[in-house]
Amino acid sequence: MNEIEELSGLSFRISIIGFGAVGQGLAKVLLSKRETLQRMGIDIRVVAIADSVSLLKGSEGIDLEKALQAKEVSGRVGEEIDTGDGAREVLESVEHDLMVEATPTDIRSGEPALTHILRALASGKHVVTSNKGPFIHNHATLIETARKNDLMLRYEATVGGAMPIINLIQENLAGNTIERIEGVLNGTCNYILTRMADERLDYQHALLEAQELGIAEADPSYDVMGIDSASKLVILANTAYENDATFDDVKITGITEITPEALELAEKNGYTIRLIGEATRDRLVVAPKLVSKRHPLAIRGTLNIATIHTDLSKTITVSGAGAGSIETASAILSDIIHIYKRHEIKKGGGD
Amino acid sequence: MDIELKDTPGQLLLALQPISEMGGNIQSVVHCHDKRTPRGTVPIHVVFEVAKEGLMEIIRRIKANGVIVARVDERRLHEQTFVMLIGHIVHTDISETIDAVDSTGHSEIVDLTLSMPDVKRVSSAFMVIAADSEDSLALALNVLRATAEDKGLLVIEPIKDDAIWM
Ligand SMILES: NC(=O)c1ccc[n+]([C@@H]2O[C@H](COP(=O)([O-])OP(=O)(O)OC[C@H]3O[C@@H](n4cnc5c(N)ncnc54)[C@H](OP(=O)(O)O)[C@@H]3O)[C@@H](O)[C@H]2O)c1
Repeated sequence: MNEIEELSGLSFRISIIGFGAVGQGLAKVLLSKRETLQRMGIDIRVVAIADSVSLLKGSEGIDLEKALQAKEVSGRVGEEIDTGDGAREVLESVEHDLMVEATPTDIRSGEPALTHILRALASGKHVVTSNKGPFIHNHATLIETARKNDLMLRYEATVGGAMPIINLIQENLAGNTIERIEGVLNGTCNYILTRMADERLDYQHALLEAQELGIAEADPSYDVMGIDSASKLVILANTAYENDATFDDVKITGITEITPEALELAEKNGYTIRLIGEATRDRLVVAPKLVSKRHPLAIRGTLNIATIHTDLSKTITVSGAGAGSIETASAILSDIIHIYKRHEIKKGGGD
Repeated sequence: MDIELKDTPGQLLLALQPISEMGGNIQSVVHCHDKRTPRGTVPIHVVFEVAKEGLMEIIRRIKANGVIVARVDERRLHEQTFVMLIGHIVHTDISETIDAVDSTGHSEIVDLTLSMPDVKRVSSAFMVIAADSEDSLALALNVLRATAEDKGLLVIEPIKDDAIWM
C-alpha cells in the first residue's frame, strides 16, 4: 500500500518477461496506441524487458521501437545475463508496478512462469499473463497469493487470444450461476477440421497444409491431441466455478482419428464435427462432437468460440481470433488498462 | 398397432389415412394375406411414429372408418439422440453394437447410415437412437460407449444443444 501511495503522480511502470510473439506484439501495440492511451490519460511505461538470455532496463521508459529492432537484429533484446534469470533480476533491481509474463507454456510444471508470477506478487507487482502453464496445476494458489497481497492477477490472454471470456465470466456475468461452458478453444484443430470437411482432405493432408501456413506447429501434438484445449478448459472452469481443477481432471480425445468420410456423413445429416471443450461444475471433457451446421459452434477456420450457459443471462456466445501476436497483445493491453484504472482509484481519484 | 381389415379393396387406405392426417410417420405395414382371424378379418401390423397427443385421435378416426383396432402397443420412443462411430465398424461386427443397444429393451437404433471408403480404411456410421425415457437413452448411450470402447471405435456425440433440438 505504501508503495502505491508513493507512486502518486508517476506513470504506470511495467516489465515484460518473455519477448517472443506475444511480448513483441505488446510492444507494437503500445507503440501504435500511444496517442489513444495518452488521450485516455493513461501513461504506461515499459521499464524492463527480458527474454531467455538478455535483459533491457530503462527506468525512464524503454524506447520500444529500438527494443524491437534489437531483438530482430541480434535475437537479444538487451544485455546478456549470466544468471539466466531475467525475471528475478527485474524484480530485484527495477522499480515497477506490473509484470507482463509472456514466456513459453509448460503445462506440466508451469515454469518458468509460475515462479515469475509468484515472485512478482510477493514483491508487490500486479501481474498480467498470456501463459496457461502456471494456472493448470496451481490456479487456486495463484489467485490466493494475489488476493493476500492485495494485488491483481489477470489472465484474459490465456484463453482464446483476443476473445474476451475470462473477464466476461468474472465481471460481466458476475452474479450469474454458470451452468455450462462449451467452446472451440483451439484454432489449429478447427482449421484442420474445416479444411477436411470443405476439401475432403484426410487428416494428414490438412495438417500438412496447416503446418505450411504456420497455423500448426512442427510438432502438432499439443494442439491435435486436445492438450491445448484441455488446458484452456481448466482455466475457464476454475474461473467460472472457483474450483481448483487441474489438467488431469479433463477427459481428452483429440482429432487425429477423424476422417473426411466421417465429416461427409455428418454433413449429410446436417452436422459437422468440431473439437469441443465442455465444462460443468463436475465434468471436464474435450472431444470431437457433432455440431449442427447452423449452430454458432460450427465456427470455421482458425477462430475460437465459446458459449456460456447461465441461469440469469441464459446463453452468451463470444468468438474471436484465438491466437496471433497482436490479437493476444490486445487482451494483455486491456488487462493492463483495467489494472491501471483500479490502481488510479486506489491512489485516490486518479489525480 | 394391430388392426383387422375386412377383406375388401380400399380397406387399408381407411386404416392408414388417419395416421397421415395426424402427421404420423408410417414405418411399416405387415399384411398377412393368408392369415385370417376367427372373425374372418385380415390382421395387419402397422408401425408408425406420431407425437403422443395424436395417438388417441388416430385410434378414434380409424375406428370411425369401421376398422377394428385390436391392439395398440405403444412404445414411447420419444427420446432421441444420434451419434457417430468411427473405426473398423464392420470388421468389429456392427450388428453386435446395435444389439447391445437394443438389448437394453427400452431403446433401439432406429436409423443407421454407414460410410465405408475401402477395406483398408476406417468406416463411419451415423446412428439415431430412440428410447422411451431420458434415463433409457442415457443407459443406451452408456452401453454404446462401452461397446465402442471394447471394439476400439471412436464415439462422436452431439453437443448438448443439438440433442435438444432433435
Ligand atoms: N502466440 C500466440 O498467439 C499466443 C496466444 C495466446 C497465448 N500465448 C501464450 O503466450 C506465451 C508467449 O507466447 P509466444 O507466442 O510469445 O511465445 P514465444 O514466441 O516462444 O516467446 C517466448 C519468449 O519467452 C522468452 N523466454 C523463455 N524463457 C524465458 C525465461 N526464463 N525468462 C525470460 N524470458 C524467457 C523467450 O526468449 P527468447 O526470445 O530468448 O527465446 C521468448 O522471447 C506462451 O505461454 C503462449 O502459450 C500465445
